[in-house]
Amino acid sequence: MNAPVQMRRPKETGVPDNKKYLHPLLAKNYGNWRYHDRPRPGVLHHVSHSGDEVWSVRAGTQRQMDVHTIRKLCDIADNFAEGRVRFTIRSNIEFMVSDEKKVAPLIVDLEQSGFPVGGTGNSVSMISHTQGFLHCDIPGTDASGVVKALMDELYDEFKREEMPNRVHLSTSCCEINCGGQADIAIIMQHTKPPVINHDLVANICERPTVVARCPVAAIRPAMVNGKPSLEIDESKCMCCGACYPPCPPMQINDPVNSKLAIWVGGKNSNARGKPTFMKMVASGLPNNAPRWPEVAEVVKNILHVYKEDARPWERMADWIDRIGWARFFEKTGLPFTKYLIDDWTGSRYNLNASTHIRF
Amino acid sequence: MAKKLHDTPNLDELESGPWPSFVTGLKALAKDKDSVVDLLGQLETSYRTMKGYWKGGTVGVFGYGGGVIPRFTELKDENGEPVYKDAAEFHTLRIMPPAGMHYDTDTLRKFCDIWEKHGSGLIALHGQSGDIMLQGCTAENVQKAFDEVNEMGFDMGGAGPAVRTGMSCVGAARCEQSCYDEAKAHVAVVNTFLDDMHRPALPYKFKFKFSGCPNDCMNAIQRSDMAIIGTWRDNIRTDDVLGKKWFAKHGMNELVNDVVARCPTRAIQIKEIGAVRKDAHISAVALNDTQALEIDNKDCVRCMHCINVMTGALAPGKDKGATVLIGGKSHLKIGALMGTVIIPFMKLETDEDLGKLVEFAQRTIDFFAENALEHERTGEMIERIGLANFLEAMEIDVDPAMVNSPRMNPYVRTDGWDDEVAKINARKQAA
Repeated sequence: MNAPVQMRRPKETGVPDNKKYLHPLLAKNYGNWRYHDRPRPGVLHHVSHSGDEVWSVRAGTQRQMDVHTIRKLCDIADNFAEGRVRFTIRSNIEFMVSDEKKVAPLIVDLEQSGFPVGGTGNSVSMISHTQGFLHCDIPGTDASGVVKALMDELYDEFKREEMPNRVHLSTSCCEINCGGQADIAIIMQHTKPPVINHDLVANICERPTVVARCPVAAIRPAMVNGKPSLEIDESKCMCCGACYPPCPPMQINDPVNSKLAIWVGGKNSNARGKPTFMKMVASGLPNNAPRWPEVAEVVKNILHVYKEDARPWERMADWIDRIGWARFFEKTGLPFTKYLIDDWTGSRYNLNASTHIRF
Repeated sequence: MAKKLHDTPNLDELESGPWPSFVTGLKALAKDKDSVVDLLGQLETSYRTMKGYWKGGTVGVFGYGGGVIPRFTELKDENGEPVYKDAAEFHTLRIMPPAGMHYDTDTLRKFCDIWEKHGSGLIALHGQSGDIMLQGCTAENVQKAFDEVNEMGFDMGGAGPAVRTGMSCVGAARCEQSCYDEAKAHVAVVNTFLDDMHRPALPYKFKFKFSGCPNDCMNAIQRSDMAIIGTWRDNIRTDDVLGKKWFAKHGMNELVNDVVARCPTRAIQIKEIGAVRKDAHISAVALNDTQALEIDNKDCVRCMHCINVMTGALAPGKDKGATVLIGGKSHLKIGALMGTVIIPFMKLETDEDLGKLVEFAQRTIDFFAENALEHERTGEMIERIGLANFLEAMEIDVDPAMVNSPRMNPYVRTDGWDDEVAKINARKQAA
């Protein structure tokens, strides 16, 4: 008998404390900041009660980074930022600089290395996204590619601060919506029920789990061609794809019938109004790799109208709250179809129970 | 040198344009890695067919039950063999970053070296879960990579029905709006649940997110089962020097249109300095030698807007802490839910305060583990059983700050009304 292999037990250390990773000025002034301003797009200037000042230069990245890119960013941090960086929730990188004179050369170095400086204040920041074809097991589309294509189009808006308020974008490759709530979100919207491979269901899927997963109770166990399988009441099915993760033989993705929808008005901040969920305003857009031009067209149009029409500090949701949905559809030229009238749980609260109408 | 690249006409289109290209990055890795050559081959196939080709499985490290996202290719030829054999396995390790995602370059370079040696060299900073995602290695190398990462002082994140990796904002490290030590709370809470993170046995995922103020930069209210969002109870602080500086630069039109008119509860008025009320709940900041902005803090809902516009001139108060909300989640299954208020305010200054937060999180997870159905998030569980039942089980007193409005229908059995009133009166007398 072979001697048992000695396996290394993990050191269950959990979340590392951030103190040793902080820029020295951030560590010194921890909890003691007084105010900040933005001397130019892509740069935050924080002033401490101690009088210390730090400039943070923000740059966009591709998020899915090769080690060469990360090492390049490290070189830049070693040259300008005392070897410290941090990342934002939208995968932007920030270099903290203790000397104002280093800000301009750092920006030059970043831009020459291909990293756009921006994403601060009332800019269009980097799109928050997920894995898509690259790594997800249930994607209807790609994530990194959609983001790359769209950020190429929105490059100038990332680098400028010309929007009425900040604009957060997200993409999601299925209706689970891993990309999250955003001012504008692009989300996969399937339009046909799953296509079931009845030969595989019994061996791969735990059928009661799949039945329980359906939000509209449209799935039931059935014998198909003498095999235990599942069947779908297609009159109930709303094509959400919730059954696909627990049961891969229920293929929901379809190259033609899986469409993209656009949602607007999500806001997590409590500033001004309470946080809001985004609302679907367009669907039926083709899943057109590698650059999804039809999606880019709709997103750019909404951004353009918002930029022209909203007042300072109005987020997408605040703007629509002022002008009303009828004028949102009028100004953007987007068709308001019957599919945009909510009929899910709580939908009555989304109907207009008043005579408040803008003519 | 790796093998020759496959033709990737679709992906090649994503190399042009000004934004940094992940395709260019993958091709750089593919010079040395056959696995990335084949990854590009499979990805190009997906771009052609608009289908994904990964399936999950069971891959992990010794001692843990989760944290690795297994990926096996499903793109097979007629003999059932992988079309792109060097990317047939492309597993991901989720690693927890330091709170606030701060790094020194030495640490990032070590991650690069480890992942170049054992994996594909592709790292996502960061996944939507808040993890460092080391993407792409074989089952055999998962353990080797993790052992080296673990020796650096980093630990596996969460996946599956488990406590997940937490997220916290830059907070006290570089933000004047910070209302508590986000990183300290993050570490204290998440590190209490490492067993529930690394050995998934909950009904479904459970996420913590820590935002230092109501701007909620971590999107905690919409994305976490327990959102700890900083706030304050006393008056907004003011700084006359910065107030005058702001007004001199921006003027009366911006003050009226962008500050006063945008206050959601109309708590702000412009007054002659001599007419500013002297009450204890009034804040005032000078605009010039004669005028001031007056804020009635009893009406203020701590939304952050005026503070965002006039940063420094206005600032959160001194009596800081956090509001705790439970139940945020995305669409599946019953529709997206916001977290709702469970603890309107708690102090988070001392270790004892933090201990109370940890204890509350522990009781919440215990209740969730015992009462949620399989694949049910906290928000769905509370929707199913009703908030009042949840509060009663958790022994939390009801508070009008928990609701938008009282009940709008009579469909409730109220024969315990007198007892509840007696309890409330007894509490009042004891206080």
